[in-house]
Amino acid sequence: MLSIEHLPVLVVVISMLSSLTILVAGWRNKKSCCFIAFATILIQFIMSLFILQHVTTEGPIIYWLGGWSPPWGIEYVVDALNAYVLVLLLFLALVCVTYSKRNIEHELPHQIVSFYALFQLLITGLCGITLTGDIFNMYVFIEITSLSAYALIASRGKIALKASFTYLVLGAIGACFFLLGIGFLYAITGTLNMHDLSLILPSYYENRAVQAAFVFFTVGLSIKMALFPLHVWLPDAHSFAPSEISALLSGIIIEVSTYAFIRICFSVYTVDFITRYVPIFDFICWLSAIGIIVGSILAIAQYNLKRMLAYSSVSQMGYIMLAVGLSTSTHSPLWGGLNPALMHIVNHALMKGCLFLIAGAFIYKAELWDIADLKGLARKMPYTCFGFTLAAISMIGVPPSVGFVSKVYIIFASLDAASAGHPAYIVFVAVLLFSTLLNLVYFWRVVETLYMKGEDIHSQSVKRDELPLSMLIPVLILAALCIIVGIFWLIEMPLPVFDQINALFGLGEYATS
Amino acid sequence: MIAEVESLTPVIAILCPAIASILIVLFGKWPNIREGWTMLAGIIQFLIVISMVPVILDGNIITCTFFTAFPNVEFGFSVDAFGLVFAITSSFLWILVSSYSIGYMRSLHEHAQTRYYFCFAWAIFGAVGIALSGNLLTMFVFYEILTVSTYPLVAHDQTPEALFAGRKYLAYLLTSGVFFLAALIITYHISGTTDFVNGGIPNLAAEASRAVLVVLFMLFLLGFMKAAWMPFHSWLPTAMAAPTPVSALLHAVAVVKAGVFGIIRVVCYIFGVDLMHALGLGLVLISIAIFTIIVANLFALAQDNLKKRLAYSTINQLSLVIFGVALLTPEGIEGAMIHIPFHAFMKITLFMCAGAIMVASGKRNISDMAGIGRVMPVTLITFTIGALGMCALPPTAGYLSHHLLVHGCEEAGGAISYFPYILLIAAILDVMYFFPIIYIAFFKKPEGGSKLKEAPLFMLVPIVITATCSIIFYFYPDLFYMSDLVETAMTSLNIGGGMHP
Repeated sequence: MLSIEHLPVLVVVISMLSSLTILVAGWRNKKSCCFIAFATILIQFIMSLFILQHVTTEGPIIYWLGGWSPPWGIEYVVDALNAYVLVLLLFLALVCVTYSKRNIEHELPHQIVSFYALFQLLITGLCGITLTGDIFNMYVFIEITSLSAYALIASRGKIALKASFTYLVLGAIGACFFLLGIGFLYAITGTLNMHDLSLILPSYYENRAVQAAFVFFTVGLSIKMALFPLHVWLPDAHSFAPSEISALLSGIIIEVSTYAFIRICFSVYTVDFITRYVPIFDFICWLSAIGIIVGSILAIAQYNLKRMLAYSSVSQMGYIMLAVGLSTSTHSPLWGGLNPALMHIVNHALMKGCLFLIAGAFIYKAELWDIADLKGLARKMPYTCFGFTLAAISMIGVPPSVGFVSKVYIIFASLDAASAGHPAYIVFVAVLLFSTLLNLVYFWRVVETLYMKGEDIHSQSVKRDELPLSMLIPVLILAALCIIVGIFWLIEMPLPVFDQINALFGLGEYATS
Repeated sequence: MIAEVESLTPVIAILCPAIASILIVLFGKWPNIREGWTMLAGIIQFLIVISMVPVILDGNIITCTFFTAFPNVEFGFSVDAFGLVFAITSSFLWILVSSYSIGYMRSLHEHAQTRYYFCFAWAIFGAVGIALSGNLLTMFVFYEILTVSTYPLVAHDQTPEALFAGRKYLAYLLTSGVFFLAALIITYHISGTTDFVNGGIPNLAAEASRAVLVVLFMLFLLGFMKAAWMPFHSWLPTAMAAPTPVSALLHAVAVVKAGVFGIIRVVCYIFGVDLMHALGLGLVLISIAIFTIIVANLFALAQDNLKKRLAYSTINQLSLVIFGVALLTPEGIEGAMIHIPFHAFMKITLFMCAGAIMVASGKRNISDMAGIGRVMPVTLITFTIGALGMCALPPTAGYLSHHLLVHGCEEAGGAISYFPYILLIAAILDVMYFFPIIYIAFFKKPEGGSKLKEAPLFMLVPIVITATCSIIFYFYPDLFYMSDLVETAMTSLNIGGGMHP
């Protein structure tokens, strides 16, 4: 009998099997690939909703793979944090796969089968990272994700090969660091189960090896999530990948690495360790603040739209990591703990997903890569450009969009931390506000080109040349969500899920000082 | 005791332009129906806003809350007398400017008219939202909507010049939005609320040091760059690249008035007059205002482009409002409040005249306008009325507000009782750049023939209405309940007089 306990593992298994099915089915009929992928992700998404519902109402789901009890067997533990990230990740995957049908037929007509097989494998890896409760298993899934991402980025050939290779080298280094950390922990504790580790580790917090392991995890994952100054692989990879992969890379893959980081910090180690033994969060905060500014400034310097968006992602990762860094020093029920970080993970996924898909739409329609080429496109593609404008004003942070809400929450968190013993954090308020202006500079340039430039403005007859519906609807859904979710945050915060996550890790109002 | 009346009326009033904007896009292919929606929405909105007046005049407040964004910060509206003054002004003038736009845009065969009307509706949405919002957060939301929605209007011509104007406009106003946001957050962080309270937020003074409060006030001032105080005024003359109806409604009424409206809100309803006195911020504000008044007038003297000259005159008049509120005396604040609608009516007349001249004769520069009064007598007579108002001469509304400001100075006492002379100098400067226009228009020989050639009726009628209103205000200031509303606002503010040293 299928019960709710089986859902987490099914999400991963179905996805993996589907990837193989696509490969087989694709031999006979190329067109079936997209539908199989779509159906799988839809089922996964529905399952994830059930998981989220169950987790928030009745508590964590625990599943032992093969019936082996931990710490010997692999354990899947789903609490509020995993479920939340899982729903987001599958939602964005669903949007991207819908969008990809026409785009891939156009962009990669000879690689449809391998694209979808890899795409599905990528989703498998991401789901695995979010669901597993075993640290080595997490490493395996990180590798699955990365390997399929390397291949997908390279799929356009030519210059994309170089981008993919850069990513491969740096990604491999990151993975090595991560593995090294696991090795250290295993050598000391003899276990790989996260829960088990968290029970054994506190007595070894003084141990240098345990502390070094934590630093290895941090560096490894920082490369994976493109935290400044380890972001160098990101701009190339994001701009040369097919657009739906760019959207996923920017909207979810780097966020899932953030999830892994949060998991390591608070589930394997504890708040106590981070605040007393390796006070790294202060450092991360400052690094992110620099990243926010530098990412935006580099984005201003770009003339290629996707590259500009990629640098903007560097800046946005700064927002998320700044919020993570502040999480141990804030105590408000509203913006304390991980709330702003979790909020911005969703917000960034929506905004950047939308923007990358639209950048892809311009490429799909007319091979337009550079911002200067987008002149007067608003008259040809009014809906797409409207979507772009909505997402762009969200990035700038015009109320009541999602960008505005995250900005305000992170500012409140900084003020909170500033009045609770870190007076220097007041600088972050200025950084965040200043970054608004930088965002304005580079996003408004695009909006202006779309709407206000173009040769014959007085000619009445411009032929409409909109996207096909299967691409337009996903884009518009994301664009609309940029506003709707913003209002939702304003109305619904504090969200019970966030509350549970903070309670789980002892953050925010649940902090024991 | 002030009673709070829960009602959805403010929401409906604000939704009018929002709904109209959707209909405008849907009916974009049929210009007559499209403009019909604009007019209809304007009339309905005005009637709804007016219908709130009796409740407000009884000393009540109409509130409408949607949700709580942060503890103690509700997103919602709270209509008081002062807000209603601004709301009535913008919604009434929207009707007239819509009619004027029809004439203007069609005569000049402007492109992208659907986009124009769409953005215009959203700008009004923002302006009325600012007027009716009950706390800083709500105000900020509408403030930003107003900024973003007016950008396409400023850059409407899409020439490099217009694009530059648009960019400058956004750069100034969104930057100021950032300062506003910072001020809003700090206010909330200090006092735990952002509501507008008669006489200021009570615990603001107790919770923060003097230095913090002064910085906070400076942030607010920078946040209201829409008020075009010097040296942050240069977006306004540049924004004159916009079509004239935009300059008329937005850059003489909605946008800039949102700025001074915000300053009055902050001075009287966030800081409170007593705290302003205690911090000595009134003098800071007065210095800024006087500097702007004089310098803007000197700049205006040098302009040959009529719209640019009017723009500098607007900067000057806006600072008069700031000047009034900076006096921190009952009559000074009253003068500031009443100058918002009065100046709106007079300045919109002037701008619409400038547009009418451009449509009828294609002339933009004052030096080309020799004898144009004989060609367009109606337009230029109304222009003269508006100009008299700017110079604070009877029988126009401008006289009344200046009268109050002078009384305000006397109430303040001390050195400030000499400040009316500054107002006098300003008025003389006003005369120096407005009267030559009238002289050139009526008494110089026209170059071509002097055959009558007025602008289309769609444009002429609104001009005549606003000019007539400017005169009626002089004899009967209670037109549209203006003076009653301001009196009510002053009663609820309850400020003692004469506290300056």
